[in-house]
Amino acid sequence: MKEDSITKEKVYGKPKLRTAIPLMHCPGCHYGIIVRLICEVIEELGIEGKAIGLAGVGCSFPWPMYIDVDLTSCPHGRAPAMATAIKRLHPEAIVFTCQGDGDLGAIGLGCFMNSLLRGEKLTTIFLNNAVYGTTGGQMAPTTLLEMRTTTTPYGRDTKTTGFPFHASELAATMKGIVYSARCAVNSPANFQRAKKALTIAFQKQIDGIGYGFVEFLSACPPNWGLTPIDSLKFISEKMITEYPLGEFKNVESI
Amino acid sequence: MVERVLIEGSEAICRGAIHAGCTGFFGYPITPQNEIPEFMSREFPRLGRVFVQSESEAGSIYMVYGGALAGERVMTSTSSPGFSLMQEGISFISEAEVPAVVVEVTRMGPGIGTTQQGQTDYRQVTKGGGHGAYRCIVLAPYSPQECFDFVQLAFHLADKYRIVALVLADFIICHMTEPVELKPLYSDEVLPEKDWALKGKDKKNGKRTGNVGAMFRYGGPVEVHQHLSQKYQNITDSELRYQTYKTEDAELLLVAYGSSGRAARGAVNMARSEGLKVGLFRPITLWPFPEEALRQTACQVGEVLVVEDSPGELVEDVKYAVLGNVPVHLLGIWGRHTPKVGGALGGASGLIYPEKILQEVKSLI
Repeated sequence: MKEDSITKEKVYGKPKLRTAIPLMHCPGCHYGIIVRLICEVIEELGIEGKAIGLAGVGCSFPWPMYIDVDLTSCPHGRAPAMATAIKRLHPEAIVFTCQGDGDLGAIGLGCFMNSLLRGEKLTTIFLNNAVYGTTGGQMAPTTLLEMRTTTTPYGRDTKTTGFPFHASELAATMKGIVYSARCAVNSPANFQRAKKALTIAFQKQIDGIGYGFVEFLSACPPNWGLTPIDSLKFISEKMITEYPLGEFKNVESI
Repeated sequence: MVERVLIEGSEAICRGAIHAGCTGFFGYPITPQNEIPEFMSREFPRLGRVFVQSESEAGSIYMVYGGALAGERVMTSTSSPGFSLMQEGISFISEAEVPAVVVEVTRMGPGIGTTQQGQTDYRQVTKGGGHGAYRCIVLAPYSPQECFDFVQLAFHLADKYRIVALVLADFIICHMTEPVELKPLYSDEVLPEKDWALKGKDKKNGKRTGNVGAMFRYGGPVEVHQHLSQKYQNITDSELRYQTYKTEDAELLLVAYGSSGRAARGAVNMARSEGLKVGLFRPITLWPFPEEALRQTACQVGEVLVVEDSPGELVEDVKYAVLGNVPVHLLGIWGRHTPKVGGALGGASGLIYPEKILQEVKSLI
């Protein structure tokens, strides 16, 4: 077949909002996929001009470099408080936070819960990889039972460290929230479901209905001590067993 | 004509903020400054401005951080234990170099201390209670009028230098009622544009703000601190404020700020009526500290008595300023008049009366 007889059509490429700065995440980390997903959703909703993002402390800290919207990094766990002020002062802006499990589930749990209690109109992207990634794999609130981390060297034991943190289910119990879902990006099908969930969460804010919360199960191969391929298996076999995917709340009004 | 009203310091602080165009107030209840968030919760919604009661002082300071990053004039107020909780946030705001105003109405510490008068936060407020060698401008009013004026000045300086400006009041200043002229200040001065603010790209002609911290902004720790040090030096060169009172022929110089400054002024008047040559040096900016002016005045007078409702914090800066050239005495918390009724709780209140200062003056002159 001659070269000029081939018709080329670009069906998938780098999202327009993804900056030229290379991702600094580890091989096999899902954060890059989630960055891409956020770019696609913001682009498709046409809100890049009024989007303001807040990235918590953890591996999402450098995200202000990756996504071409107004974005700031935040002190550990405090993104929802900062987002509250920004949204109240600029109600027309679409304000979202990106927070890891240590950031939202441990040091910032009070801050997060209180933003739900106040019924803020925000969107939170919660990244659950079951460990503190940036600091080298310590136990997080989301660490699975019996899972070994650098601070649970004998495996997570309920007697001394309690139980895994179910953020999506907890958020769904709050009156001030209108959407809560847990997703994964370990397969193309799950990626599409996650994209739909994040679109709904943003749409709830765009429509002025209320708080949207989307949890992403995310692989952390270096800290799990697994290859990227085995990490996908770990998500489908272990993570999803503890943290079932799906919508936990989706209401049209409060 | 300028409106003149009879109000207490807390209300003067609030009205100063309204005059300065503060659009967001974020606060958490703590005695003795509850009158401030209460006033704001009533007035701000009427004015179409934002009031949020946070879940803690940590919440308040991060709301202030967010609001400041959004390019708005925002503030919080608190008292000593709450101010301690805000230190992490103040450090972060100082790193981000966004303008913010914090009003600290001190009470007696350490710990829960009392809910009443005290000036025991001087070191924390002036030296930076958080990590990272940052500086905040500190303004110390000694009257409701100065509360009104200094809150406006704080917003002005915060915007001018992209810094946290603190207004350090105390229980007495916050609850002292006096006539206040509601004169707007600094409204015609041109300030740097907030082109760095997070507002969404549409409001900035497509320009994006991506903030990942000062190390990225300036290219490393050395550059960050060179930049900040230069900024702090500029402030020290341009923004020193202090007041001298009857110091020209004085033989003893009182040094005091806030409510103790007010009592010391009374003591100067009492001493003068008895023919005693006493003057007052009152630092208004506690940072930058008017070191050189104090040294010159102290050397000219020859002897110094520091008055503060504390075991002795301001006295350290005074000793440093005079460099051993003149004797420096301290009338500290032990000089308090403490009501004896009501046992331990009755003793929780108290202050250094002008009469006590006069007595101390007489023992020195």
